[in-house]
Amino acid sequence: MNYQFNWKLVLTGEYGQWLLDGLSVTLQISAMSIVFSLLLGTIVTVLRLTRVKPLEWLSLAYTEFFRNTPLVVQIFFWYFGSDPFLPGFFKEWLYQQNIEFAAGVIALTVYTSAFIAEEIRAGILSIPKTQLEASRASGLSFLQAMGYVILPQAFRIIVPPLISQFLNLIKNSSMVMTIGVAELTYMARQIEAHTFHGFEAFTASTVIYICISLVVSFAITLYDKHFLRRVRY
Amino acid sequence: MHWDVVYNNLDYFLWGAFPKGPLGGLAMSIVLALLGIFGAFWIGLAAGLMRLSRNGFVRWPATVYIEVVRGTPLLMLIFWFYFLAPILFGHTLPAAESALTSFIVFTGAYVAEIVRAGVLSLPRGQMEAARGSGLSHVQAMSHVILPQSLRNMIPSFVNQFVSLTKDTSLAYIIGVDELMRNATQVNNRTYNAPTEIFITVAVLYFIVCFALTSFSRRLEKHIMRYQARNR
Repeated sequence: MNYQFNWKLVLTGEYGQWLLDGLSVTLQISAMSIVFSLLLGTIVTVLRLTRVKPLEWLSLAYTEFFRNTPLVVQIFFWYFGSDPFLPGFFKEWLYQQNIEFAAGVIALTVYTSAFIAEEIRAGILSIPKTQLEASRASGLSFLQAMGYVILPQAFRIIVPPLISQFLNLIKNSSMVMTIGVAELTYMARQIEAHTFHGFEAFTASTVIYICISLVVSFAITLYDKHFLRRVRY
Repeated sequence: MHWDVVYNNLDYFLWGAFPKGPLGGLAMSIVLALLGIFGAFWIGLAAGLMRLSRNGFVRWPATVYIEVVRGTPLLMLIFWFYFLAPILFGHTLPAAESALTSFIVFTGAYVAEIVRAGVLSLPRGQMEAARGSGLSHVQAMSHVILPQSLRNMIPSFVNQFVSLTKDTSLAYIIGVDELMRNATQVNNRTYNAPTEIFITVAVLYFIVCFALTSFSRRLEKHIMRYQARNR
């Protein structure tokens, strides 16, 4: 072992700032993907429960396909290969934006929404069927019953599994470095390339990821302790 | 569309340059995943049982290992081992070995949680009865508890194997010759058919993973029927 550790170089000054910049991009891309995947996941679940066969199949195919293919492949597909599938006006608008970031958000959103859809479905199935029947009988439409009665209750139950999906998303966001989004892992790689102190750079960013995950696990425990205990059915 | 690019390189995607050169493609991904899950099983078994121990000195290292690895992205671990090797051994490990090590360490933490859940899901009476018949704790574990709970864990192991198969695609980043790297190579060489290439790669992964997922669902139903339960 004749390796000279140099923590100060990596943690302070310009390179320390790079790590912080990377963290900020990680948090941004994760936050955007969390919001979109929650919306998309809810839509996919509701399609699954409409009892309209083609919609059910569509939703089933969506969840199975995106859950059973690697995220990196999906990221590459959206970045390199989605061109023929996007409508022209959207493409023009998209290519003026930060296209790497956008492709990353799309891939993370689609991938995570397939997992989230399954969680939401489990939550909805855990609400007694009579709730839906009663709300339909009181004159609400299917969508109204979902939006006002079923989903508000289901979401309360599935907060812990949802949060751990979001945690997975934050960890998965490291993969968008493959298409050049300058997030935390990318920055660690960058520091390695500039300084040859890869070990320190990767240890520092691993610690940041672990801190994020510890904070989130702690939040789930708090939620379980103080809130979920009072929910009864 | 240029599906001929995919057609011409299909054997490269499936097993790389195999008969003439090193194994690659989907076959290499599956080999990596198999070796990975095999190694992860033993580490996970040890860590999972250690985490259940009443002795703090045994429990704490396992808990720290599990929580740290589960809080870290796999990509991070892959890089970390890749850059750790030169410090420990003075030279870089071959990419495949380095990636395999990180797969084993990463998946081991998840397997440990499966093992823990599997052991805890057995009724307490099983352990009490085994100890009551005069077996020691270790004997009761290895002859009574583990044979039952390991069987119940098989579906979860299959699911973990599916995850790992998907995760092997990350090894391309340090240059391991597997499906994802072969796909990027072909894409960089041709550059007129990215859509076709990545759809094909996604479908190849999907076939393997979906078959295994369906298998594990069936297995789960089958196993549930014969499980010891609390009454």
